[in-house]
Amino acid sequence: MKRVLFLGILIAIWEVIYKLQIWPPILFPSPLQVGETLYLGIIDGSFITSLGDSFKRLLIGYGFALIIGTLLGLIIASSKLMEDTLGSLVLALQSVPSIVWLPLAILWFGMGEAAIIFVVVLGGTWNMVINASTGIKNVRPLLLKAAKTMGITEHNLFFKVTIPAAIPHLITGMRLSWAFCWRALMAGELLGSGNGLGQILMWGREMGNMSMVISIMIIIATLGSLTDGIIFKPLENKVLERWGLAKI
Amino acid sequence: MIEIKNIYKSFKQKDGSDLTVLNNIDFTIKEGEFISLLGPSGCGKSTLLNIVSGLEEANSGEIIIDGSPIKGPGSDRGVVFQEAALFPWLNVLENVKFGLKNKGISESEINETALKYIKKVHLSKFKESYPHQLSGGMRQRAAIARALAMNPKILLMDEPFGALDEQTRMMLHYELQKIWLETRKTILFVTHNIREAVQLSDRIVVFGTQPGRIKEIFEVKAARPRSKNKGYLLELENRILNVLKEEIEKVMKEEMGDEYHFEEGSLPWDPDRDMGSHI
Ligand SMILES: Nc1ncnc2c1ncn2[C@@H]1O[C@H](COP(=O)(O)OP(=O)(O)O)[C@@H](O)[C@H]1O
Ligand SMILES: [Mg+2]
Repeated sequence: MKRVLFLGILIAIWEVIYKLQIWPPILFPSPLQVGETLYLGIIDGSFITSLGDSFKRLLIGYGFALIIGTLLGLIIASSKLMEDTLGSLVLALQSVPSIVWLPLAILWFGMGEAAIIFVVVLGGTWNMVINASTGIKNVRPLLLKAAKTMGITEHNLFFKVTIPAAIPHLITGMRLSWAFCWRALMAGELLGSGNGLGQILMWGREMGNMSMVISIMIIIATLGSLTDGIIFKPLENKVLERWGLAKI
Repeated sequence: MIEIKNIYKSFKQKDGSDLTVLNNIDFTIKEGEFISLLGPSGCGKSTLLNIVSGLEEANSGEIIIDGSPIKGPGSDRGVVFQEAALFPWLNVLENVKFGLKNKGISESEINETALKYIKKVHLSKFKESYPHQLSGGMRQRAAIARALAMNPKILLMDEPFGALDEQTRMMLHYELQKIWLETRKTILFVTHNIREAVQLSDRIVVFGTQPGRIKEIFEVKAARPRSKNKGYLLELENRILNVLKEEIEKVMKEEMGDEYHFEEGSLPWDPDRDMGSHI
């Protein structure tokens, strides 16, 4: 309820600024115009198709990021040597915004799908590596000891104790990586080719269709916060509670 | 029978020097015996227990159980730690079933065994609860059920009730004695509480510190239930306290320097003979 009210106020301020005519209407459309564009875009399916395109890239990239990230995380957690070498490399790579890789990606994969997905993968991977390795390294030694006194095999010790104990970190990693992939995707689509949300945003700019640009921005923001709010945040909370880590 | 043979253990410290934690530990635990390791904190009780459990290796000496030296941890020795080491992602029932799954028995037998031991520690109502939903005493009972369910010959307990309040601890003393009388397991019980040791044990191994070594072994010659032998037990407590006094003084001097004087008859821990976890 508070949020709806707040949104209402934001739209009202927007309307007021529009009425003040600081910028011409073509550059600063009214909420109503944007609403109309949004509605029409969804009705005729053009926004939905772009959304589908974007989501396909996102899911593929995200999937790779999780798998590669988790595997690298396990490798780093496995030895001090790996942590000092591979671990510090990952920390360095994490500080590079993944879009910086796009020129290279275009050279390697051509100006297409693969280049953008590559950027998305890099966007989510490093964070996942760090969360996975932290999770594995921080498993309470007491739990490992307890398991060992119950005649557990090495294999089960890893899959039945280490991995479950690391799940809170893994979930946090998944949640953050999703957000990073989403950002990387948008950056990639703005600069790359294809027919995703980012590309029709650019296309709107070239057409001078600010109403369309703002519509797409709204879709991006809504989707980002919805996926976090509906899927990831509740999942994370549930896991933290179950693992007895929730701060209540 | 557990033969603890000439155990020597030292740890590498940060500055590279070796700290001798256990020196020349040598005693035998009889089948079905309840034996306590008693001594001030830091004297190496947990280290010895970990060596017996196989989680830690001695630098020299060996642990021989029923004639064969141990190699690493095994399910013939159940361990209960000071903090109930329950898996937070499993409920009580699943926790108790955890170890049983390594035994190669059928699912229905696993379930049956787990439920039986959960009942033994009076947690049936909470079998679906997760560890974070339980009180400290309930968690410790679940950990005991988990250890018992594996049906180990030997139960190793490292200050299992140390973090609990007095009432809970007394109740668990009672339950543990009942379980011990029923199952006749050999129990090696670590504590720094003299009264607890005297209440529960057949024999008490009193440890000295720096390095950890056996000062004296006391036999508790009192029938159970122990509540009927108050006079004798109190006298025994005093005898043990006299032996430990020297050790406590040593630790105190170390921590507080020359300011500390041990005053006869003014023991701050007199009422319950608890030496406190900080010393
Ligand atoms: N893994 C370890 N590395 C280095 N020192 C240790 C280690 N474990 C125990 N110690 C030292 O050994 C001594 C005995 O510890 P511990 O067996 O836990 O004593 P207690 O259980 O009697 O309180 C302590 O001084 C402790 O600091
Ligand atoms: Mg200890």
